[in-house]
Amino acid sequence: MNEEDKKKYSENKKRYFEKAENIKTQDIDFTTISSESVNPLYAPDDIHDLDYNADLGFPGEYPYTRGVYPNMYRGRFWTMRQFAGFGSAGDTNGRYHYLLDHGQTGLSVAFDMPTIMGYDSDHERSLGEVGKCGVAIDSLRDMEILFDEIDLSKITTSMTINAPASILLSFYLAAGEKKGIGFHEMGGTIQNDILKEYIAQKSWIFPPEPSMRIITDVLEFCTRNVPKWNTISISGYHIREAGSTAAQELAFTLADGFAYVEAGIKAGLDVDDFAPRLSFFFNAHLDFFEEIAKYRAARIIWAKRMKEKYGAKKNKSLLLRFHTQTAGCSLTAQQPENNIVRTAFQGLSAVLGGTQSLHTNSMDETLALPSEKAVRIALRTQQIIAHETGVVNTIDPLAGSYFIEAKTREMKEKAEDYFQKIDRFGGVIKAIEKGFFQKEISKAAYEYQKLVESRKKIIVGLNKFAMENEEIDIPILKINPEVEKNQREAIAGVREERDNDKVKRELERLRKAAENTDNLVPVILDCARCYCTEGEIISELKEIFGEYQEPIFL
Amino acid sequence: MDKKIRVLIAKPGLDGHDRGAKVVANALKDAGMEVIYTGLHQTPGMIAESAVQEDVDVIGLSILSGAHMTMFPKVLELLKEKGADDIMVFGGGIIPAEDMEKLEAEGVAKIFGPGTNTHDIIDFLKAEFGEKKK
Repeated sequence: MNEEDKKKYSENKKRYFEKAENIKTQDIDFTTISSESVNPLYAPDDIHDLDYNADLGFPGEYPYTRGVYPNMYRGRFWTMRQFAGFGSAGDTNGRYHYLLDHGQTGLSVAFDMPTIMGYDSDHERSLGEVGKCGVAIDSLRDMEILFDEIDLSKITTSMTINAPASILLSFYLAAGEKKGIGFHEMGGTIQNDILKEYIAQKSWIFPPEPSMRIITDVLEFCTRNVPKWNTISISGYHIREAGSTAAQELAFTLADGFAYVEAGIKAGLDVDDFAPRLSFFFNAHLDFFEEIAKYRAARIIWAKRMKEKYGAKKNKSLLLRFHTQTAGCSLTAQQPENNIVRTAFQGLSAVLGGTQSLHTNSMDETLALPSEKAVRIALRTQQIIAHETGVVNTIDPLAGSYFIEAKTREMKEKAEDYFQKIDRFGGVIKAIEKGFFQKEISKAAYEYQKLVESRKKIIVGLNKFAMENEEIDIPILKINPEVEKNQREAIAGVREERDNDKVKRELERLRKAAENTDNLVPVILDCARCYCTEGEIISELKEIFGEYQEPIFL
Repeated sequence: MDKKIRVLIAKPGLDGHDRGAKVVANALKDAGMEVIYTGLHQTPGMIAESAVQEDVDVIGLSILSGAHMTMFPKVLELLKEKGADDIMVFGGGIIPAEDMEKLEAEGVAKIFGPGTNTHDIIDFLKAEFGEKKK
């Protein structure tokens, strides 16, 4: 702007704000869903010091604010990956074929609680839980059934599994191997993010130290043997679902990411060998622009730290690639069809934020696991975003928006403040032990609940526009009540058929490896190949590593 | 003066979703009740034991993993075995309407689904215990 334009701009702005201030404003809450205040208007001077080259750059170029690939969705769309699993491996295999037949482009496995917690289906702690909130997988046998008639060299699979990630990965690799597919041909993701388990999702088995060892063993093994595998999916999703704000989700997730990088370096790995296979997983909540700013801020923070602090040299080490899932906690059991609309807006924010992969929630998820109809609509929602809205035509279309750029910077600054706080605790694990994250999250969750109950925050159909005596008339998925019994019988069959002498020898080898510092993954893989069950492998490891005791914070 | 209502908030089974349990625990505390939170991954046996030991009036169970049809009846059964079936049991979580009805028929005092206002839980407990605690 020349002097005359600047003068004109200042005058116009002054006049505008004087006028705007005197106009009646509605008495409603104008903060974001995270209770952050936003201005009624953003203008050029809100981003006057934005440096295009340093703060934005071009897509696929440092610092990757505008996206990790040069051509983004013109190259290919995000992977449409619906998280699915229920009942037996056979039931879930049927759902996978259904989703693939309807145009899904990647698979994502939801395991049941016993599988997540390392118990076989016939363990007493599994009673009532088998196949309920995901699929029951006890051994390689179940994994073979789960991927029956699916070409594991053509599709990528994400597995939401953490404490026992090394075991389920081994089952998967062994299942592929039996189909004649080499490890180097298989691509996918294991969540393998134990830090956020202690922080938010609470599905842990071992204490932090051995857990971090298993994770670095996986990093090392996959770097050498399964080069297309994403070894950790560093997850903010569960942090947000547990009640955090957007800034907390961003900060805690990236802090976890840096902790894994430091653990890998400490284990003697070269950062450029493992960092390219780290990926991220964020939530897409309802506050549209706050979410988009969050994704953009995440990319720039990661790229800068990886380069400047951890000395990464390869460009691929700097890329924050991420999967997104729409916010389950934003959905209502009341008027559940409205959830389709919420999910569509959330999915759109993820796409405008440059996601690599997306799960859109089904409308019925506050009631049960998704029915076929509900999941089909959820998948169609993504397909409509991709094929009908036109948002894929232009890369990072919101860049340069005064609001989006100001908000991106603000998210980044808030995250940096949290990093300093975490550093003062002595790092992520120390902060977990002190309950820092847990308390921050439950405080935010409770504050939000109070805002909803006092109707400062509106949820349509719940605390406004509610319907009296509402009848829910959408189909609900029912889990086969026989699944637990069938699974117990199946596991007994596996134990009878396999070579039990070999099983004993391999489990003995595993115990020795755990006592020493050998990489555990090749040994677990051998256990998988001879049909050791997940519970047997975990039991051996528990004896050496012990179990995590939760510090209780309200 | 009224004696405070003593509540045990518990997470049965393997489910780790504790947002709801903690929100409810905090809300009941703020409403003047005495609240004990068990932490995660409790067996029905551990919950019944804690309830008796802590001499609570009521247990609130939170389950989002789908295991409610096993966990709720088991807690009721164990309380009965211990001669502690005067302890009321209520709950919440991802529980389909059909199952809510069944559980309420089996002796669970009330199931609160997603979207419940915590004041409804507070009012419910105060109504249940208001008279008795004088």
